[in-house]
Order: sequence, then structure tokens, then C-alpha cells
Amino acid sequence: MNELLLVVTIAGERVALPAAAVESVVELDTLIPVPRAAPHVAGLSALRSRVLTVIDCMRSLELGYTDYADGIHEAAVVELDGHHYALIVDLVEDVIEALSDPAPVRAAMEPGWERVAQGMVETENGPLLLVDVASLVAGAEAKVAA
Amino acid sequence: MDDLIADFVAECREMLEALGGEIVAWEAEPGDRARLDSIFRFVHTVKGNCGFFEFPRLEALSHAAEDALADVRAGRRQPDGALVSAVLGIIDRIGEMVAAIEAGEEMPVGDDSALIEALAPGAEGAAAPVVMAAGDAATRASAAPRTIRLSVELLDRVMSTVSDMVLARNELARRLRESDTDVPVGGAFERLSSIIAEMRDAITRTRMQRIENLFVGLPRMVRDLSAELGKQVLVDIEGGDVELDREMIEMIRDPLTHIIRNAVDHGIEKPADRLKAGKREIGVLAVAARQSGNQILIDIHDDGRGIDGKKLVEKAAANGVIDKEQAAQLSQREQLALIFEAGLSTAKEVTAISGRGVGMDVVRSNVERIGGIVEVDSKLGEGTRMTLRVPLTLTIIPALSVSIGSQHFAIPRSAIEEILRANGESVTLEHLGGAGVATIRGRRVPEISLADVLGLDSEVEARDRTLIVLRPAGGDVYALSVDRIHDHEELVVKPAAPAVMATGLYAGTTLADDGSPILLFDPAGVAEVGGVRLETLERTARIAEGATAAESRATPVLLFRGLDGGRRALRLAVVDRIEEVPATSIKTAAGQLRVQVGEAILPLAGATADQISTDKVRLFRLNDGRNELGYAFAEVVDFATVDRDVIHADSPGEISGVSLINDEPAELIDAHWLFANHVGAAARQSEPLVCRMAGDDPWMQNMLRPMVEAAGYRVIGDRSEEAADLVIVSQGANPPEPAEGRTIWLRAEPEAAGKKDDSIYRYDRAGLLIALKSAGRGK
Repeated sequence: MNELLLVVTIAGERVALPAAAVESVVELDTLIPVPRAAPHVAGLSALRSRVLTVIDCMRSLELGYTDYADGIHEAAVVELDGHHYALIVDLVEDVIEALSDPAPVRAAMEPGWERVAQGMVETENGPLLLVDVASLVAGAEAKVAA
Repeated sequence: MDDLIADFVAECREMLEALGGEIVAWEAEPGDRARLDSIFRFVHTVKGNCGFFEFPRLEALSHAAEDALADVRAGRRQPDGALVSAVLGIIDRIGEMVAAIEAGEEMPVGDDSALIEALAPGAEGAAAPVVMAAGDAATRASAAPRTIRLSVELLDRVMSTVSDMVLARNELARRLRESDTDVPVGGAFERLSSIIAEMRDAITRTRMQRIENLFVGLPRMVRDLSAELGKQVLVDIEGGDVELDREMIEMIRDPLTHIIRNAVDHGIEKPADRLKAGKREIGVLAVAARQSGNQILIDIHDDGRGIDGKKLVEKAAANGVIDKEQAAQLSQREQLALIFEAGLSTAKEVTAISGRGVGMDVVRSNVERIGGIVEVDSKLGEGTRMTLRVPLTLTIIPALSVSIGSQHFAIPRSAIEEILRANGESVTLEHLGGAGVATIRGRRVPEISLADVLGLDSEVEARDRTLIVLRPAGGDVYALSVDRIHDHEELVVKPAAPAVMATGLYAGTTLADDGSPILLFDPAGVAEVGGVRLETLERTARIAEGATAAESRATPVLLFRGLDGGRRALRLAVVDRIEEVPATSIKTAAGQLRVQVGEAILPLAGATADQISTDKVRLFRLNDGRNELGYAFAEVVDFATVDRDVIHADSPGEISGVSLINDEPAELIDAHWLFANHVGAAARQSEPLVCRMAGDDPWMQNMLRPMVEAAGYRVIGDRSEEAADLVIVSQGANPPEPAEGRTIWLRAEPEAAGKKDDSIYRYDRAGLLIALKSAGRGK
């Protein structure tokens, strides 16, 4: 109801992340790749003295991939089971208030979105897709394995 | 010891504080099982520790309370007000005594028997002392402690702040380099820099401890326990240099103690039973710690009677832990795992040491609380192996950083055997069907390229790379080629996210000094992903080899006091077992002291006939694989290792040298000499070789003869008619006619007269011994 949402753009689409799950929004500059890791794991980065595992949200949704070469990326930092992740998004827009509980989206979505969507929430800017952070972090492979 | 007592006191104090509320709650509701259990655990822990520290009064009190509570737990007795008061009285008395121990005072005077009697069913009137004792304990507790306990969260916070500070310093350093600063600023920055480095080091160390701190008390504990139980147990400890988070060490201290007590009490049999089962009388308890990937493994292995899975199942079914149907379906592993269920114990009798079925469930819950696992494996009649696996969070690992292309990685140094240049002389690289094989000084080792494993492009030609020979824990060696190697660093390793760990390649992540993340490899994982097969068979061979290699660096010895009071050490490997024999079974026979042990008569060393004064004599039974001999001693001091320099004795004899062991000098017994002189002589005695030498030559008779005799010859004079195997003649004297057997010529001058002169200088001891030996072989 009055849950706060972080509005971000992933693959050109405006979606909402539960703001309570997001610790901070950072700009990543260095990125250390992790060879052999799942494709959506973009690499590691450091935030102060913590290691962040960087997740490429586009890749996790199988909607293409982010070009890391062009320098700075915005990312939302979340904590999951004691590990910190940075979710690379196209753009971080704003924090707004949810006006409704998530409701199922009854139309067919693209498979990537289908996997991570928690539902649709109403906001003053119209309906937004609420995205589950854990599913984003788990990536496409987890779904296949499960 | 003082440290251990301080730990014990601190632990008791903490438990007492935590228990304060429980006791009151229990008093209100004596039927509360959870409260009862926690009070029971407290007295059980106190009892266990007291036995170790020799606080007989504390032990008697806690044992009595434990007995009463065990009855309640087993349903043999109903808790009532009188029992609660009596138990409370005892807990308060324990608190009082602990406070006295902490303050270093004498134990408060008083008789505990009233308290203990009050526990008996139907006893009354224990409530009065409770109030007084409690007040007393409170005043004592206010004594200022020398150490403080900090929460680990606080340390973590300090540590992460310090890490941030290092990063800020690096940033500042870069800015300073870019701008023109004057010398004083640079100097001040340097100072700040070194202080930060020192601080970081200190903070890091506060959390880390060598696991040795945990192991150091074990030999003593096992010895005391086994003495009490009339058993003989050798403790073999390995891997004391593994570093572990301080809190981890504290958390595994109790479980480890419990497991070891159980192993000695229930696992290892009495010497007589062991002999019957065809084992050596001395049980072996091996405790080994090692790092494997991002875990620390502690193995506790005894060669005792093992765990009877079927009995466990019966007992569990009888106690209602599992139902009958379940019981029938349990696998061997699951059967054994039942020992971790609360209230189960296979011990027939309850002893002062263990056997109430409280230990193992506590062990498991303590280990699981820190994210660890306890595993049990046992073969009936052959022994039990318990493995504690605890995570390695925040562990400092010395590591080598390497790079592929522009990316850096770290490899734990513990797994690195050697580092070679691929184009070096001692290495040849070949490819067989695409698989790399490196031949390093004649040894063929599988070779994989890190760039291939990671799927990265390498800028360096294969032959210009550096080979790192790795030996993963418990695995066989392989060579990993990397582009470049960089620094040795000490890294604080943190577990990586599951998505990263899923690759199987990494043990964790860490931050380099410049604040950028580095991945730490798991050498076994890299081998697996790279397709190197680490054969199980080779693994076992590897482990055995590793053990001997470790021994060669630090020789384990048994430190003891000889009958003459001398502090001596004997290599542990030659000691077969310890025997106690009546003095009457030691006799001088056939020229030397001999001891009868069972049906065997062994030569006895370490004693002279007049030193055998006591009724019983304890002796080491030494074994060289073929022959045995006894070595009498007064008492065993300790197990130790010789890692210092040995000052060798000038002349060969029973003592081969002197070294500092546990910071005091001790004489090292030359086992070879012992066997050579006692058994060697004995073996030849049946048919001694005969040596003829001039009977009227005083030098030969006084100087040479003892040596010849020691070499196993019987010496006869030159007028004897007997045939001799060897003749020793001074040069210039007339050789006896006809020349029989071999002849050794001795000359008085050090230099030989000419090439044909095959005589031996008469003080060339080594030469003489060789000649004597080869003459003996000629027969």
C-alpha cells in the first residue's frame, strides 16, 4: 500500500524495485569480471570495504546485455543472504509511493519479465511492474535448473 | 594453564549470568524441560572442566547435581521444591568457588556434603545457605578482570572502518603524488601511512588465532583422562598452524573437547581388550586440522572399538527418538548420525567423564550454530572418525597473486608446492592428445593453463608463462600455467556470492590493497574444472607421503625422565608401547640386563641393575621392525617435537645429541645405537665371531679389545689353538702362520706407507669398524 518503490529503467522499460530492499544507489566504475560465472554476473566491484557482486539486469532478463566499456553505470545495491549485489540498470529515476498491492498481470509478458515480476502496482505515474530482487539475482539459469 | 583456567572462569561466569533467569523460571515451574536441560548442561560442562583442572570439590558438587538432574531427565524422579532448592544451592556454591578461583584466593572453606545430601530424595532444609552464598558470590564477582570481552560485531565494525581508512589513505597518496607537496607534508603522510598499516595489522590479528591454541591443551587432557581410565592413548596432532577466527576457535573448543573425551572414554578400549582384539595396546587418537577450500576441517580419529549402529537404533527406538518403522529404514550413515540425538548414549555405564548422552547433541548444536557440520564415520571394531567442518569466513590466507591478461587472481599459498618458469631447464612441456603434461625433474605432472580454464585470452606465449605446481588439500599435484606472478599477500577472505561460488573455481573474494576485488581460487576446484583427475588412490599415497614429509621437518618425540632423572627424548616412531613390569622380571642374564614381558625376553636399556629399586618398572617397548628391546624410564613428561638444532654428541653412544625441547635441554636417545648394541650383540651372541689378537700387546688388550668385543667378536689370544675368523696384527709384527680368515693390519702412523699398504691407522675408528664389519660379513 504505502510501500516505497524505486523506479528504474531496465532494457528501456520503467519498472519498480521495492525500496526497502535497496540499500543505496551507486555509480560503478571498476568492474572485475568473474570468469566462468553465469553470464548475468557482470563481475565484482568494491563499495567501501565490501565486495559487490554485480548483476547485469538486462542479461538476467535475457533482453540483451549492458556494454560495460562505456564507463560509469548506475546500480542499486541490495543485500541478499548476507551477500551484497549491485544491480546494473539503465537509469535510476525516483522513489515513489505504491498506491496498491501488487496485482497479477493478466496479459502475457516476455519470458524474462514473467520470471522476475511480482505483479503490477499502481502509482501516481500509472501502473508499474514490481520486480523481485532475488529472481533478478538468481538469473536465467536458476529457473532452468529448478 | 592459567589461560585455560581464565577461560574456564569466564565461561562459567557467562553461563551463570545466563542461567540466572533460567533458575528462577525453573523454580517457578520445575517441570519445564528446556530449563532443566540448560541447567543440566551447565553442571555437565562444569563437571567436565573441573575434572581437567583438578578442582575436586567443584567436580563433586557438579557431579552430584548432574546425577540428580539426570534422574529427573530420565523420568526416574519428579522435581520438587526441595530438589530445586538443593540444586540452586549447589549452583550458587559453584559460583562462589569460581569467583574464588578467579580472584586467585583459597577456596571458601566449608563442607559441601550438606549441599550434596540435600539433593537426596526426601532431604530438606537446603534453602538457608542459598541466600547467604548468593550474596557472597555477588560481592566477589565485582573484582576487576584483567581482560575484557568484546563483541565480534564491534571488532568487525572496527575492521571495516580500518579497511576504509586504508582506501582513503591510498586515495590521499594518489592526490599527493599528483600535486606538488613539500617534504614535511610527505613525511607526515608517511608516518600516518605506517600507523594505519600497523593498526590494520593489529586489528586483523585480534580476530585470528592459530588453532594451536585450541590443540595445546589436548595432550594433557587425554593423558589425564587415559590415566584415570587405565588406558594408553597416544595423541597425534597435526595442522596447528591453521589460522581460524577467534570466535570460531571458542565455538569449537567445547565440541572438540566433548568429542575427544568420548573418543578416549568410549572409543579406545582398555589395553587388555585391545590386545584381545588384535590391536596394539596403545590407542591412537589423531587430531588434524586443515584448510580445504573455504572450510576448516578438523578430523578426530581414534582406532578404538567404533560405534555400533544397531545398538544406537535399538536405544533410539526404546527412548522414542525414532519409531520402529523409521528404525528399520535407516542407512548405516543415518544410524551413526543418531549419536547426535539428545538423550542417547551407548555407554553401558555412566562415568565421571561422559556417557550421559548430553555431549553429542551439544556438540552438534554448537557446531551448527556457526554454520558448520559434524560428520561421523565409524567401523565397528576399527575406530571412529569425527569430522568438524567449519566455515572459513574472515580467515586470513597468505596468497600469491597471479595474472592472466590484465586481470589479477589470488592462489592460496598453502597449496603451492613450487613455482617454475615454463621455459626453465628443469621443465619440459608436452601435449598428448591436447592434454598438457609437464615433466618437472623427471616427474610427470598434468598441466593446465589458467587462461584456458577461465576462457580468457592470454597475451603470453605458452613457453614464457610461469608454472605453479599446486597440491590441493588431499589431492595430487598438478601444474597451472599463468601469465605472470606478482606479490605474496595476506588476504582477508570473504565468502563470495552463490552465483560466483557456483563456478566451483573460487574459494572466496577479497580486497586488494588498492581496494579492488580479487577472486581467490580453490586449487581443487580449478583442477576439477580444468579436467585434471585427482585419483583417489593417489590421494591416499599423497597423504601418507605428506605425513612423513612433515615429520622430517619437526620430529615428534616422547619426552621422558630416565631412571637417573635425566630429561631425555625418544623418537615417537620407534616406541611401540609402554609396559609396566614387576621389578622381579628384570634380571641380568647372558651379559646384560634383560626383562621378561609376557613370553618374550627383551634386552633392557636405560637402566643398570642397581637402579631397579621400585616394585614396578615402566618401560618403553621399542621396535625396529624385527627386534624389540625395552627401555626403562621413570615418567613420561610430554609429547613434543624437535624443531631446534640438535647438538650432536662427540662420540657415539646412547645419547646422540642434545636439543632444546619445550625450552629446556633434553638428551636425544640414539635408537639405532640402542639396537646396534643390545639387539645386535644379542643376535650374534649365539655364534660369535672369533678374533685373534696379540695377548701380550697392552694397547690391543686395553684399547682395541673392548671395541672389537662391542662389535660382536669373541677375542682370543695369539697362543690359543682355536680357529679365528679375524686376525688383527700390528704392522711389523709377525703374522701368525698359517694366515686364517681375514687379517687386519694396524699401523701406528696416520699416513699410509704406500699405495699397496692396505693397513689401517690404529686410531681410525671408522675404518676399523668398517673392517670389523666386513670381516664379519665374510663369514
